[in-house]
Amino acid sequence: MRFVDEFREPELISKTADEIRRLAGRERHYRMMEVCGGHTHAIYRFGLKDILPENIELIHGPGCPVCVLPMGRIDDGLSIAQRSDVIFAAFGDMMRVPGTQGSPLEHKARGMDVRIVYSPSDALKLARLNPGKHVMFFAIGFETTAPSTALTIIRAKAEGIRNFSVFCNHVTIIPAIRAILDSPDMRLDAFIGPGHVSTVIGCRPYEWIAQNERKPIVVSGFEPLDMLQSIVMLLRQLRAGEAKVENQYKRVVPWEGNHAALKAMAEVFELRPYFEWRGLGFISQSALRVNEKYAEWDAEQRFAVPGVRVTDPKAAQCGEVLKGVLKPHQCKLFGRECTPEHPIGALMVSSEGSCAAYHNYEHRKAAMVSLSSIA
Amino acid sequence: MAHGAGGKASRRLVEGLFAPLLFGSSPGPLGDAAQVDINGTTVAITTDSFVVKPLSFPGGSIGELAVNGTVNDLAVSGARAEALVVSYVLEAGLPTPVLEAEVRAMAKAARHAGVRIAAGDTKVVEHGKADQMYVTTTGIGRLLHGVTIDPRSVRVGDRILLSGAIGDHGITILLARGELDLEADLRSDTRSVLPLVETLIRAAGPGIRWMRDPTRGGAATSLNELARDCGLGMVLFEDQIPVRDVVRGACELLGLDPLHIANEGQFLAVVSPEYADDAINALSLAQGGSEVQVIGEVRAQPAGTVLVTTLYGGSRIVDMLVGDPLPRIC
Repeated sequence: MRFVDEFREPELISKTADEIRRLAGRERHYRMMEVCGGHTHAIYRFGLKDILPENIELIHGPGCPVCVLPMGRIDDGLSIAQRSDVIFAAFGDMMRVPGTQGSPLEHKARGMDVRIVYSPSDALKLARLNPGKHVMFFAIGFETTAPSTALTIIRAKAEGIRNFSVFCNHVTIIPAIRAILDSPDMRLDAFIGPGHVSTVIGCRPYEWIAQNERKPIVVSGFEPLDMLQSIVMLLRQLRAGEAKVENQYKRVVPWEGNHAALKAMAEVFELRPYFEWRGLGFISQSALRVNEKYAEWDAEQRFAVPGVRVTDPKAAQCGEVLKGVLKPHQCKLFGRECTPEHPIGALMVSSEGSCAAYHNYEHRKAAMVSLSSIA
Repeated sequence: MAHGAGGKASRRLVEGLFAPLLFGSSPGPLGDAAQVDINGTTVAITTDSFVVKPLSFPGGSIGELAVNGTVNDLAVSGARAEALVVSYVLEAGLPTPVLEAEVRAMAKAARHAGVRIAAGDTKVVEHGKADQMYVTTTGIGRLLHGVTIDPRSVRVGDRILLSGAIGDHGITILLARGELDLEADLRSDTRSVLPLVETLIRAAGPGIRWMRDPTRGGAATSLNELARDCGLGMVLFEDQIPVRDVVRGACELLGLDPLHIANEGQFLAVVSPEYADDAINALSLAQGGSEVQVIGEVRAQPAGTVLVTTLYGGSRIVDMLVGDPLPRIC
């Protein structure tokens, strides 16, 4: 398969892994954060940890939109959909994320009209097909998905479709990285920059990380070879004492970003003064809402939203895991109370969440290693 | 809903509720069919309900699935389906031509599989109480000679065989629902696997330890069940697993794993190493068997687990499916 198989070529992968071992040496430890949940998923799916030397530690970052969404927002969205004339539409990613009264799928089982859509425009299509109903699209995602939500709202307005609204939970990546860097218990050497987000925002918004924080960042693709090559690029910078923004994912990411996508976002959205992130707390100017001009398509302006705030269960250590302070299996609930079938924290729900990825792909491998070392 | 998707929740439902209350204390490992003794003759019996949307899709329809599915459950249990009993639940308002087409499809599939449809029942429920039609088939089968299926007989070093490419059925259904705006040249793999199973038994009967048709929950779920039942590790070689590019592409796009996608015309078999070559040779020459592959082997570790290894030295655990496979978008 083109654009996939080239980047999984065993010989190139093993050469690149050799180069990583050579560059990493043995003298010091490297802590690199992959910001994006897609990268976390890829690391486990391709078993990249088996290939990397032990002194390269990958820390899973906050770039999983489902994982950082506070439970209260899910309750708020579902409360609107309690109305019998409302269809709740969301990506498959959202369907198993628990609110206090259960996940969207559990609400569906109790009779709520919940639909899985593959894009916001599919939700708009639902609205066209169901003129007697109101379709509320529960929007999630970073700058990756925000432009398609924006374009859909613009289209709804242009076509005069009024039985459609968006419950907007779009967040932006830069403030989250800033919050991570400001966190006192965080010591990072470098960043593997998000790939999909950067197709929209480009590479410039990361320049402060290199210039002010003196941390190298390489925007990376999602195939094994992409990620290994990005690690090579980071190691070269670190060894040379440099801190630059580099773009490994040039085949997809333009340095200046996607102008049309940014324009659509600017047309429809404005920054919220602050927004709560699960595990990270309130971060100022870190999320988007629909602006006044498109108020009619904003579920929060159209419907009464209770504004539920839910604190995470005390024992759950999602925040520490999200910031990379704890590994997933070091959380007290991991694999016991909190599993992919019964997730307590959202990190266990999305397959991009570090806990679910670790649970699905890795943790029994750890048990296996310890067993074989006894045998 | 997750309880019906064939993965972990389904298994918990069966093991936690149905088995203890219905089958008595210790039914042993759960297979695709049960054996019943009638006046000294042992027969295999199984049942399966079919709910699929849309009713027909490229490569097949619910009628064919209902016949092939039960024939296959018997085949991988080492039995040849002799007779089927069919039960329909029809939603009021179902157009007659649709019903007729499905009944014809069943008759044709039954002829093809060499099985008699011996009896049937029909119920009609109110409009809105069922999704067009549900079909249940119960099959009774004669045991094939020269093979014993028992997960507890699986040994370290055994080879894991897969009869052909995986994921065709599940992805075909996903695309046929028309929600994805994706089009691909792909057909469901629904077919009777009995001829291939018989070929395998002739070529390698004494070496066959276990068979299963990986339907809902996919190959990963079947192999996880085996791993648990025999307490050994199933190590798969990713580059040996046959998956069509179309299926792989759709899975890449949607964030799904082909190992979790349903199949309706394939089977997995665990064969002792000395019989593996004979098995592969015979199957690859048989009609519909050219894609057969050894996809992995049984090892002591990781015990009770399915591990996929890649050519470049990475590995990952593949668990049972949890709930339905949901596409990942954001």
